[in-house]
Amino acid sequence: MKKKKSEGSILLTIILAICSIAWMYPIFMILMNSLKVESAITTAGAFELPTGETFAGLANYANAINSQGFLASLWYSLFITVTSVIAIVICCSMCAWYISRVQSKISNALYYLFVFSMVVPFQMVMFTLSQTADMLKLNNPYNLWVIYLGFGAGLAVFMFAGFVKSIPLEIEESAMIDGCSPLQTFFKIVLPMLKPTMVSVGILEAMWVWNDYLLPTLVLDIKKYKTIPMLIQYFRGSYGRVSMGPMMASIMLTVIPIIIVYVLGQKHIIKGVAAGAVKG
Amino acid sequence: MEKSLRRYAWIFVLPTLLAFTIGFIIPFLEGLYLSFCQFTTVSNATFNGIGNYIEAFQDESFLHAGLFTVMVAVVSIIFINVVAFVLAMMLTQKLKGTNFFRAVFFMPNLIGGIVLGYIWQILINCVLSLTAQPVLALNATAGYWGMIILLGWQQIGYMMIIYIAGLQNVPDDLLEAARIDGATEWEILWKIKIPMVMPSITICMFLTLTNSFKLYDQNLALTNGAPNDMTQMFALNIFDTFYARAGKAWKGIGQAKAVIFSVIVVIISSFQLGYTRKREVQQ
Repeated sequence: MKKKKSEGSILLTIILAICSIAWMYPIFMILMNSLKVESAITTAGAFELPTGETFAGLANYANAINSQGFLASLWYSLFITVTSVIAIVICCSMCAWYISRVQSKISNALYYLFVFSMVVPFQMVMFTLSQTADMLKLNNPYNLWVIYLGFGAGLAVFMFAGFVKSIPLEIEESAMIDGCSPLQTFFKIVLPMLKPTMVSVGILEAMWVWNDYLLPTLVLDIKKYKTIPMLIQYFRGSYGRVSMGPMMASIMLTVIPIIIVYVLGQKHIIKGVAAGAVKG
Repeated sequence: MEKSLRRYAWIFVLPTLLAFTIGFIIPFLEGLYLSFCQFTTVSNATFNGIGNYIEAFQDESFLHAGLFTVMVAVVSIIFINVVAFVLAMMLTQKLKGTNFFRAVFFMPNLIGGIVLGYIWQILINCVLSLTAQPVLALNATAGYWGMIILLGWQQIGYMMIIYIAGLQNVPDDLLEAARIDGATEWEILWKIKIPMVMPSITICMFLTLTNSFKLYDQNLALTNGAPNDMTQMFALNIFDTFYARAGKAWKGIGQAKAVIFSVIVVIISSFQLGYTRKREVQQ
């Protein structure tokens, strides 16, 4: 009986190993071709490893970085993601704590409004949002976090409020009786308890903001500022003749940082996603 | 405590509320109003009644996009959830390397829609031309299945993580008791595990449903609707109505389409939540 079980699990492990190699193949294929010279990137040879003749070293990468403001885009994407996530995590946790602790019709209505905003498709507001952003001068990477705070508030408030409800009220009440102001109570008592949820929210929102394409395309002044997803789309989208080498190199340049961050924070990311879903 | 907290409302709620008003409430209400207008910018709107809605329902490309969206949604929801659940079952068997496999399957979820679309466009086009079939730009069937594969690759890992969390919450003694009573593994799956992970199923169904309805980036990057808008989904159709068609009537029609689209998404997702929530058991 026991032996049979271990044979089964070896078989299962082998199956999973084959699946995970297949799972990574698309990225491997892009990597392989990004290292070839332009003339060797043909459909016939697409699945072959680069050889001595076709190997281009990092030329495509140098090309991609130099030719089209890649570094500027990297900076914009990074700046927008970091500022937006910080704003969302701090402002929304405060807001969620308030609306779950102060019971009133207004805080109830606000809660449902936030939940509603999670479901509404972006197309509903895309035109009017871009006009509003132009009017309020939020159409540059340095102010864009305001829009992300507004549009990302739904998910964040929802998740924080879900967690706050599970914290016993007594802890906060006794802190207040001991003379803490609401601000002190929040930052010294509630915030430390919210940390795991903050990590979840931060990860989910960072994944969204970093990869978001349509919102920055419509809101930012596209001639001046391009985030990474906009750059890729701009590069490829203007069909006609696209040089595949730098194209694949720039895809890899956007994927590699993600993989590095993932490998470093893998545990937190997967835990964060699972925790976020359970609370949702 | 509530009383002293109330005095701090402005500092706790105002920043979020202000941004929410700018980022969502104003654009939403304005969008709702503009769907009854003819306009090219917000300031030159003239009231038009329900004209835009009538035009929207008569636009065949919109109806086709709706049909295509439903086709993608139904198949991808089933595909993603079944595969994710099977993987989650395998990865909760206490095998060696579980963490590694989990990490690998989750990875594609971190890559953005645009990049995903181009990765698969390159890969699928290579496979198609090696097997002497028309490439994606000319091949709507390949575009459809390509989209399903892409969505699977992107989301299976994410849903798998949620199912794993659900399966790990099933108490071991419950499974043990069932085995002692002579239940087969098949019966345990259907009568214990699936009912117990119903909350996870609710979440995964909700996420896959809204994701596939709201899909834009992947659609744009993989096929951009080619050939001939045959693989165009709702969101892309609305975007094109706004920004790619000449004539001043189109922005109003686009906004009306967006309202119809929102209503559909809200109705379907609340119906789905209600349906699966009812099937959750209390632990």
